[in-house]
Amino acid sequence: MKQFPRLAEWLPLLRPGDYLVLLAGVLLCAFATMMLWRGGVPEKAVIRAGGELFGEYPLNAPRQVEVPGPLGISVIEIEPGRARVAVDPGPRQYCVRQGWLTQAGSVAICAPNQISLSLSGRGGQYDSLNY
Amino acid sequence: MTRSTIELTPTVEDRRIARHAAAAIVLTVAEAAIPLPLPGVKPGLANIVTLIVLARWGWREAVWVGLLRVLAGSLLLGQFLAPGFFLSLSGAVASLLTLGFAMHLPKRWFGPVSLSIFAAFAHIGAQLVVARLWLVPHDGVFYLTPVFAAAAVFFGLINGLIAARLLRDLPQAT
Repeated sequence: MKQFPRLAEWLPLLRPGDYLVLLAGVLLCAFATMMLWRGGVPEKAVIRAGGELFGEYPLNAPRQVEVPGPLGISVIEIEPGRARVAVDPGPRQYCVRQGWLTQAGSVAICAPNQISLSLSGRGGQYDSLNY
Repeated sequence: MTRSTIELTPTVEDRRIARHAAAAIVLTVAEAAIPLPLPGVKPGLANIVTLIVLARWGWREAVWVGLLRVLAGSLLLGQFLAPGFFLSLSGAVASLLTLGFAMHLPKRWFGPVSLSIFAAFAHIGAQLVVARLWLVPHDGVFYLTPVFAAAAVFFGLINGLIAARLLRDLPQAT
């Protein structure tokens, strides 16, 4: 409670316009954050089978896609903003255990069944950048 | 017969500029010792001096103090003509120009805090542009804009408050 008189000492130094400028500055920060930091939000799920494009699906409605491969059928599950390989006939289940993909540029590969699921979107993330 | 010595007689104004520039340089050097998580995010304490000089003695003296500060500060820190020097210089020039316009805002409504925040934004704006055009020719530079903008608001507010308080409390010396 002792800090309030101290804060009150500083407040009269602010003039009405200063509050406006401060508010505008904070809004500008919020705007910049929203504009620049939403890269990585995926827009589409791209499914490939046997090296060929099998299909592209928007990530706004839930759906299940059955993709045939040499070992059998893999099931890709799509939900708003994310996608995963739900079922795969491969022996080690790596792509299934990867779970939900949520970032643009991330990939789940079911090598035995020759199927891959990747998320594409604006400003996909890089593994690394060198200058 | 020509005279062999050049007489330089500093005016009152010269001494005042030198004194304020010295104060700003001290703050610059002291600030360089503060470890900060991101390069480029600095409190910019020296701008408090610039704001006070601007309010008391006008824009011309503020420009002198601001530019002398960048020059001497970089010499002391061993950064003269290094990339960091040009970033400081571009930031200082941009914020001084901005202050030149912003100082004509009605005083009743806009105090040192507004000027400080404007100057801070001009500072990071110019630095980002220079960095993009020259140092890192890739749009990835702008990825950090939100951090810099937040720092500009925060430190702009703090510096402005300190400047306002000093302007209120310091005696009106020469």
